[in-house]
Amino acid sequence: MAKPIALTHPESLKRPPGPSAFAKDPVNAALTKADKVKLYTQMARIRHFEQRCIRTYQQGKIGGFLHLYVGQEAIAAGTLSVLGKDDHLITGYRDHGHALMVGMDMNSCMAELQGKVTGCSKGKGGSMHYFAPDKNYWGGHGIVGGQAPLGAGIAYALKYKGLKGCCLAYMGDGAVNQGAVHEAYNLAALWDIPVIFVIENNGYSMGTSQERSSAHPGSLAQRAEGYGMDWDLVNGHDLYEVRAKTAAAVKRAHEKSRPTILEIFTYRYFGHSMADPDKTYRDKDEIKDYRENKDPIKLWEKTLLDEGVLDAATIASVNEAAMDEADKAAAFADESPYPEVSDITKDIYWEEDNRGPATNSRGTIIFGD
Amino acid sequence: MPVLSYREAIRAALREELRRDENVVVMGEEVAQFNGAYKVTEGLLKEFGPKRVVDTPISEAGFIGVGIGASMLGIRPVMELMFWSFSYVAFDQIVNNAGNIRYMSGGLINCPIVIRGPANGGTNVGATHSHTPEAILASHPGIKVVCPATPYDAKGLMKAAIRDNDPVYVMENTILYNDKGEVPDEDYVIPLGVADVKREGTDLTIVAHGRAVITSLKAAEILERDHGVSVEVVDLRSIRPLDEETVLASVRKTHRVLLVEENKPFCGVDAQLAYLIQAKAFDDLDAPIGRVSSIDAPQIYSKPLEDIQIPNPDRVVEGALKVLA
Amino acid sequence: MADIIDMPKLSDTMTVGTLVKWNVKEGDTLAFGDILCEVETDKATMEVQNTIPGVLLKTYAAAGAQLPVGAPIAAIGKKGEAAPDPAAKKAPAAKAEAPAKAEKAKPAAGVPAIPESTGVSCAPQALASGDRVAASPYAKRMAAKAGVNVAALSGTGPGGRVVANDVLAAASSTPAAPAGPVNVAVTPPADGKGIQPDADVAVSGMRQTIARRLLESKVTVPHFYLETEVDAAPLLALRETLNKRLAEAAGKDAKDALKLSVNDFILKASAEALRRVPAVNASWAGTSIRTHGAVHLAFGVALEDGLVTPVVRDAQAKSLREVALDAKALIAKARSKKLTPAEMSGSTFTVTNLGMYGVTGFFGIINVPNAAILSVGATVAKPVVDAQGRIVVGQRMVIGLSGDHRVVDGANGAQFLQALKQLLEEPALMML
Repeated sequence: MAKPIALTHPESLKRPPGPSAFAKDPVNAALTKADKVKLYTQMARIRHFEQRCIRTYQQGKIGGFLHLYVGQEAIAAGTLSVLGKDDHLITGYRDHGHALMVGMDMNSCMAELQGKVTGCSKGKGGSMHYFAPDKNYWGGHGIVGGQAPLGAGIAYALKYKGLKGCCLAYMGDGAVNQGAVHEAYNLAALWDIPVIFVIENNGYSMGTSQERSSAHPGSLAQRAEGYGMDWDLVNGHDLYEVRAKTAAAVKRAHEKSRPTILEIFTYRYFGHSMADPDKTYRDKDEIKDYRENKDPIKLWEKTLLDEGVLDAATIASVNEAAMDEADKAAAFADESPYPEVSDITKDIYWEEDNRGPATNSRGTIIFGD
Repeated sequence: MPVLSYREAIRAALREELRRDENVVVMGEEVAQFNGAYKVTEGLLKEFGPKRVVDTPISEAGFIGVGIGASMLGIRPVMELMFWSFSYVAFDQIVNNAGNIRYMSGGLINCPIVIRGPANGGTNVGATHSHTPEAILASHPGIKVVCPATPYDAKGLMKAAIRDNDPVYVMENTILYNDKGEVPDEDYVIPLGVADVKREGTDLTIVAHGRAVITSLKAAEILERDHGVSVEVVDLRSIRPLDEETVLASVRKTHRVLLVEENKPFCGVDAQLAYLIQAKAFDDLDAPIGRVSSIDAPQIYSKPLEDIQIPNPDRVVEGALKVLA
Repeated sequence: MADIIDMPKLSDTMTVGTLVKWNVKEGDTLAFGDILCEVETDKATMEVQNTIPGVLLKTYAAAGAQLPVGAPIAAIGKKGEAAPDPAAKKAPAAKAEAPAKAEKAKPAAGVPAIPESTGVSCAPQALASGDRVAASPYAKRMAAKAGVNVAALSGTGPGGRVVANDVLAAASSTPAAPAGPVNVAVTPPADGKGIQPDADVAVSGMRQTIARRLLESKVTVPHFYLETEVDAAPLLALRETLNKRLAEAAGKDAKDALKLSVNDFILKASAEALRRVPAVNASWAGTSIRTHGAVHLAFGVALEDGLVTPVVRDAQAKSLREVALDAKALIAKARSKKLTPAEMSGSTFTVTNLGMYGVTGFFGIINVPNAAILSVGATVAKPVVDAQGRIVVGQRMVIGLSGDHRVVDGANGAQFLQALKQLLEEPALMML
C-alpha cells in the first residue's frame, strides 16, 4: 500500500497558538465588544449544555446515541455568526452546537433528548434530528453524508427564488467518502449552486483516523479541485479565522453563486458517541494537549482578556449562567411529559395532518392491524 | 374528447402544472435537451426554458437529494427517474430524507416532491432495469405511491401528486406509454387514495394496479366469453393512500377475489390487500383469496419467458378459475 | 448539598456495569472531566469522567462490584461535608416513569388502543378437526341467515368445501327455518278478548336449549323413520301380575310399593334390544362412528314449561326393578327441578312416550349425539287377526324409531325394532 499523503494543515495550526492573524479581517473588525462577549457566551452555552447532557445520559434518561460537540464550538459559533437572513444551514448528527447557535432554546433541545413532547421535534427526532426551519436550520441528519445533497438543494432553491443567500452544509471528515457527498459536490459546481460544504475535521471518522480512511491530494478540501471548486483550510480553534474564511466563502456564494469546500480543523474531547470507549484509537495525551493548549473557548477567552473585552467576573458569571441554564433545561426535560400514544401517528403526512376540502388525499394512509 | 397516449397525458399534466405554478421544476436525466429518454417531457424545454426543465447528470442520489432539499423550501420538483430501478442508488434520499423529515422534525418540515418514471418489467432489459418498487416504498410511512394504468388516470394522478404537500412517487410503465385513451383538455385532478372500478361484474373481483389492470381487463373478457364468468376489475390507482372501501365493497358484492400485480409475490402490495380482505370481509369470502404475481425470481432477460414471468391474461384466467372452483 | 454519582449508562445497550477500578480516592478534589473509575460494559471497558466538580466524599462500591445502571457508586460534595446515605436517594427516575405515562395516555380517535391483553380473541375455537365443517365464511354466514345447516350439505367447492351456491341450492329446495326473530303480522282478535293476550313471551333457558338442540338435530342429522306394531297384551298382563305381587309383598305399606309403569318395561326392553343390536347404541363423530359399551338410557319427562331427558345409567346391567326405581327417582327430581346436568347428559339412546295422551304413533327428533330415538304410542284395543286367522280384540301399541342414517341403516334399525318387539311381546325374555 502506498504511503498516504500527509495532511496539509492551515498555516495558523502549524504554529503554537498566539494572536490571530485574522483579527483585523473586516468581518472581525466590525465586531463590537458586545458581539465578542456574545460569541463567548454562545460557545460557553454549547459547552455547558453538552456537559450537562453527559450527566443526563449517564442517568439513563437519554436513549440511543448522543454525539457531543465539546471541543468544536468555535466552528458553529464562527461560521454561523457571519450569516445573514437568507443564509441557511444543514448538518449531520453532531447537531446540538448549531442548534443553540441559531437560537434554539436549551429547554426544547434537552427535552428532545429525553424524548419529551416539549422537545424541538416533539420527541420524534432525538439527538441527531434537531430542526428549526424558522431559524433557517434544516437539521440534524442521521445518515453520514446524506444531508450534503439536501444542502445543495436548499441553496438551489434560494437561487431559484432569486434570493441572495447560501446554504452551509456541514459534515464530518468521515462523510467525505460517501457517494452522495461527491454527487452534491459535482452538482454544486456544475450548476453554480451557492452552497458551502463545511467539513468539520476532528481527525476521526468514529474510531478510524483520517489517515486510515481517506485518500486525498493533501487535504480533504482539496478534492474540490477535481470539481473546479474553491476550497480553503481553516483553523477551527481560532474563532477569528473561522469567521474570516467563512465570510469569504459566503461572499463567493452571494456574489458569484459559486460553491466552496471549507475544511475546518477541530477536535472532539469525547468519543464519537457516548457509547464509544474512546481509548482504542487515540492517545490520552493527544486529548490532553488539545484541551489544554488548543481549546477554542479558552483561546477566545484569552484573546478577549488580552483585548480587554472580558474580565474574570464576566467569565465567571457567563459560565455560571450557562450551567444554570443547562440545569434548568434538564429539570424542564425531567418534568415534561412524554408524547401521547396517539402522537405516534401524527406528523407523518402534511396532507393527513391538514386534511380538508383543499387537500386531495382520501383513503387509508395510516394502517392498523 | 381528445384521445391521448399515456405518455402525452403525463406530458399534459406536467405542462399544465408548470404553467400553473412557477415553483414546479421538472428535473432528471435527459428530460430537457434530449426531450426525455421516453419522450415524456418532449417539448417542455422549448416552452419553459432551462430554469424550469433541468437536465441532470447521471447522479440519482445527488439530484434527488437536491430536489428534496429544494422542496423543503417550497420548490415543487418533479424528478424523473429514467427507471425506478435507478432509485436504488438514491434510496437514502428517497426514504430517509424525503420520507422521514416531516416526522423527525415533529411536523415542522414537509417535502412536496414528486419522483416519477417507469417501474416495470416486460421490456426484455434484464433484472437491473425491471424493478417494481411500489411495495417497498409504500411500506414506509411518510411516502405516497401511485400507479396509474390509463392515460386519463395518469394525467389526473400526476396533477394531484404535484399539488400534494408530501413526497409522492409515481410509478409509470414503458409498455403503457403508447396506450391511448380519452383525456379531457380541462384541468382535473384525481385525488390520491381513490380506487376505480374499471369493469363491473358479479362473480369475481380482481384487484390490480398499474399495467396489471390492463392485463386483468383482458382476462376478464376471456373469462366472460369462454367461461361465462362476470368479473369486476378494481384499479387501486393509489397504493398509499389505499382505498380500502372500494376494494371491500367489491368483495362484498362478488365474494371471490383474485389479486393481480406485477410485483414479486413476497411482501408485495397484494400481501397487504389479502390481509385487509380477510380481516375486514372474512365472512364475505366464498373461496380463499387468489393471487397472480410475477414469478418469484429476478427478472429474466429472455423475452418469451419474461412474458410468462409477468402476469399475462392466460395466467390471470387460470388464477381466476382456481378462485372460482 | 452532595451529589450522588450512579453507575452510569455508558452505551445504548448497557444495563449492568462492572466497576473495574477506582482512579480516585475519597477526599480527592475533582474537576470536570477527571477520570473517576473504569467500568466494563457489555461493549467495552470505559472510563467514567466526572461531571460534577467537588470533593469525593465517599465511594459506595468496591472494585470488582457488578452494579445495575443507576446504582449509587460515589458521592461528591463540598470539602468536609458528610456523605449522604445512598439508600435515601430516590430510585432512578425516567425508567419507572415512562411506561406509567404511556399506559395512561389515551389513544385518540383513529388510533387503535393498545389492548390490555391479547390472546382472548385469538383463542382457537374448541373444535376438534374431525368436527370441522369445510365451508367458506360467506357460505356459513349465508347458511346461518337462511337456516340451512352447512354440515348437512355436501360441498361442491375444492376439497368438498361448502360454498355459497351449495347453500343457495339447499335453501331453495327446503323451506328455510327462520333462525332469527320473525315479525309475524297477525290481526288481534276481532272481539278484543281472544284466548290469550297477544304478547311476546321471553324464552326460558330450558326452552332455548330445547330450541337449539332440536334444531341442530333436525337440520344436521339425516333422520329416517321405521315403525312397527306390538302386541302389548302379554306385557300388560305381566305388569298387572307383578304390580299385584309387589303390593302384596309390601303389605300394609302397599301404597309405597313399587309400581311398574309400561314405560319401565319399555326402558328395560330397549336396553336388552340394544344389547342384541349394538349398532344402534352408537354416535356420529364426524370422521368416525363411536360405539358405546354401556347403554345409558334417556327418557323424556314432560314439564309444565318444557321437557327434560334424564338418563338411566348402565341400563344394560340393571334389572327391571332397578331400572324402574332409577326412572322414578329421576322423574321426581325432574318435576322438582332438581336434576343435575350430569343426570341429563351422556345418554346413548332415548325413549320418548306419548301413549298417556292417547297418541297412537309418532317419531321423535333424535337426541344428539344418540343414533336413534324410540317413540312409544298408546296401547289401543282394536281388532286384529290372530295366528289362527280369526279377528279378535287385540291390545296394540305402535312404536316408532327415528334413526341417524349416518350411523344406522334401515336394516340395523329394523333389526332393533324386531328385537324390541319380540321382548315386549314375550316379556319373560327380559328376565334372562
